[in-house]
Amino acid sequence: MIPEIGQFILALALAVTCVQATLPIVGAIRGYDNWMALAKPAARIQFLLVLTAFAILVHAFVTNDFSVAYVAQNSNSALPTAYRVSAVWGAHEGSLLLWVLILCGWTVAVTVFDKELPRSFAALVVSVMGIVSVGFLSFMLFTSNPFARLLPAAGDGGDLNPLLQDPGLIIHPPMLYIGYVGTSVAFGFAIAALIQGRITAQAARWIRPWAIGSWIFLTIGIALGSWWAYYELGWGGWWFWDPVENASFMPWLLGTALIHSLAVTEKRGAFKNWTILLALATFALSLLGTFLVRSGVLTSVHAFATDPGRGVFVLVLLGTVIGGSFILYAWRGPSTFAGGSYEPVSREIFLLLNSALLAVATATVLLGTLYPLVLEALGLGKISVGPPYFNVVFSAVMLPLIALMGFGQFSRWKSDSFKRLVTQVKYAFVAALGIAIVAIALLGGDKIVSAGIGIGFGAWIMVTIVAGIFERCRNREHPWYALFHLPRAFVGQCVAHLGFASTVIGVVVTSYYTIDLHQKLAPGERATIANYEFHFTDLSSFDGPNYKVTEATFEIFQDGQLVEVLKPQKRLYLVRNMPMTEAGIAPGFTRDLYVALGEPLPDGAWSVRMHFKPFIRWIWLGAILMALGGFIAIFDPRLRSPSTVRREATATAHTSSD
Amino acid sequence: MTPTRKKRLLIVLAIVGGMGVAAALILTAFEKNLMYFYSPSEVAAGAAPHERKFRVGGLVVNGSVKRVPDSLTIEFAITDTAHEMTVAYTGILPDLFREGQGIVAHGQTRPDGIFEASEVLAKHDENYMPPEVASALADAKAGAMQANPQ
Repeated sequence: MIPEIGQFILALALAVTCVQATLPIVGAIRGYDNWMALAKPAARIQFLLVLTAFAILVHAFVTNDFSVAYVAQNSNSALPTAYRVSAVWGAHEGSLLLWVLILCGWTVAVTVFDKELPRSFAALVVSVMGIVSVGFLSFMLFTSNPFARLLPAAGDGGDLNPLLQDPGLIIHPPMLYIGYVGTSVAFGFAIAALIQGRITAQAARWIRPWAIGSWIFLTIGIALGSWWAYYELGWGGWWFWDPVENASFMPWLLGTALIHSLAVTEKRGAFKNWTILLALATFALSLLGTFLVRSGVLTSVHAFATDPGRGVFVLVLLGTVIGGSFILYAWRGPSTFAGGSYEPVSREIFLLLNSALLAVATATVLLGTLYPLVLEALGLGKISVGPPYFNVVFSAVMLPLIALMGFGQFSRWKSDSFKRLVTQVKYAFVAALGIAIVAIALLGGDKIVSAGIGIGFGAWIMVTIVAGIFERCRNREHPWYALFHLPRAFVGQCVAHLGFASTVIGVVVTSYYTIDLHQKLAPGERATIANYEFHFTDLSSFDGPNYKVTEATFEIFQDGQLVEVLKPQKRLYLVRNMPMTEAGIAPGFTRDLYVALGEPLPDGAWSVRMHFKPFIRWIWLGAILMALGGFIAIFDPRLRSPSTVRREATATAHTSSD
Repeated sequence: MTPTRKKRLLIVLAIVGGMGVAAALILTAFEKNLMYFYSPSEVAAGAAPHERKFRVGGLVVNGSVKRVPDSLTIEFAITDTAHEMTVAYTGILPDLFREGQGIVAHGQTRPDGIFEASEVLAKHDENYMPPEVASALADAKAGAMQANPQ
């Protein structure tokens, strides 16, 4: 009975959302106050309804209600409770429900923080997000009902894919989804601005915190996914240019471009149409990503054919949202690059180049991701695009981007000169070069030129940040006071850029200096990597909650000293009879040591995978810093309201004159 | 032409030129890294390239898995039910590599005709069949039906 109530509540939510998606728009255009006023309560009721439906699905999982088909396919009574909850978003139907729930959450957040917005504008935003929600709720109700019954009920469930039975996977999908769906807010704002035909610096100021907010979650979500792949897949890789990863990476890249372009539109009123286009495209890529991952297109183009209902619905929904918004853009978008005047060398241009390069990077990833799918769908052959394509092309776009970042740090709004910029960065350039040379001298290796360039570029970002802060403070009357009272948006920018530098250095050093060793080892034998000696001391077996374990013990010695003990496991998950590798990892700031068991060999030995991974933690540390930087910037009072700033400014003026 | 206009023209030319070079580089890298998929039947018919890496896929033939003693080298045969081919791989196989399982391998054909794999993939789900393998099997079946119509 309860699952039917869940389904009924979803239908009710769809009805409410239809109201939210239509009447306030008409009201906003025609100026009917009471029609606009419907937006807020409708959004909140929709949220409560979807939350209830979600809670009902969680309840079905926790109580092992295997008469619900989705539960029967993705859970099992032996599954620990925490994983039963995370199994809710372990497959298609449940993750759609989570998607809609998060969309409702963001919409409610907009209704809460709408004090600055004109009533008609706020109503439009909420209504546009309602349109997206109508699409997703109908998709779920008509093609992917999570509450569909299984009659007769299954005795026990098919279990959650063991790969997903991991703490990292409890939080990774929700974070990623909050990021994905969060891009709908900037989208809603952009559409509202287009409908009203008033794309102003003020509108950019309203969008900025939302754009940064969704970007923060996307950053964390992607980093969690990479970290999970590293420790769970058991072969030490952290990024594969897999279509699923690319699907999340594309909105991130474009979202980054959006944040930077928004800064120009807000401060200088320039690039309005580019900013709006980025906001629309970022959301379009989020939708595309969701569907690439969730429609089954990626596992096989034929999944489309086996479930034509879903496939067609997906295409129509994508076409409507993306096509509709771009038609609106063509019709109502600003017709010129007008607004704000600037010289060819200025901060505006640096930020424009930055977002253009990020857009190019996005396009190259899109090409590599979609081309094989299109070709196969047209029956023109089965191809795949190898990681080398992405590595080469992506680095080629990142290098000029990073080079420009250093200059952008010092550039002035409106008008600047190369000569001045060159004087500003010359010491930073020498310092970065010095760091690269010292690093290469210490690390050595056989690809010193490429590695040196990579490290030098990472160092260049770091050094220019420091120099930029110095430049900002040194001419002040009280440099130390100025240092501790930098605007928060600037501090956020520095922290985020520092994070990016950390990721760059991590990627470069890990890529060039990782040592991999695959070797046959029996208990009692040793292997050597770098100056670490891996000693395979013991092998034991025991039972886990829903799996059997074979656990090896590795003692790792450095210069004769025991430094780490690792216990990699091989697990056999019983329900699906599926083996899983649990790697043993000793994390460190400058290096990770990694051991994973391969398979038992006939004579009692095992094939063993051992890695020495220098600086790999810097990749995720960088992501944490980027997210932190975004978080700091969001709380810059200047982003919130001009009136608050004025009040605070007056307050500061009083204190300093005292 | 006024100096401002000249400056603008130069900027536009620089951007267009830069984009052209970038597009050319991207497409070259793209073309170089495309990997085509061939079924064992296509490989048997000599359709696969010799100079270039490609992908093959099929079911691991029961009883065909052989280990070379004292190394991590393994040899096995894969089939699309019509033709078999031998694959050699040195390293650690994925958890779900088993006889009878559908797998995909990347690599190149050696002079002796054995396919030397640099990577072997088996998806993390025992019911999963790589889409390429599924369609290779379907093609082979269709070919067999055509060959002996009943």
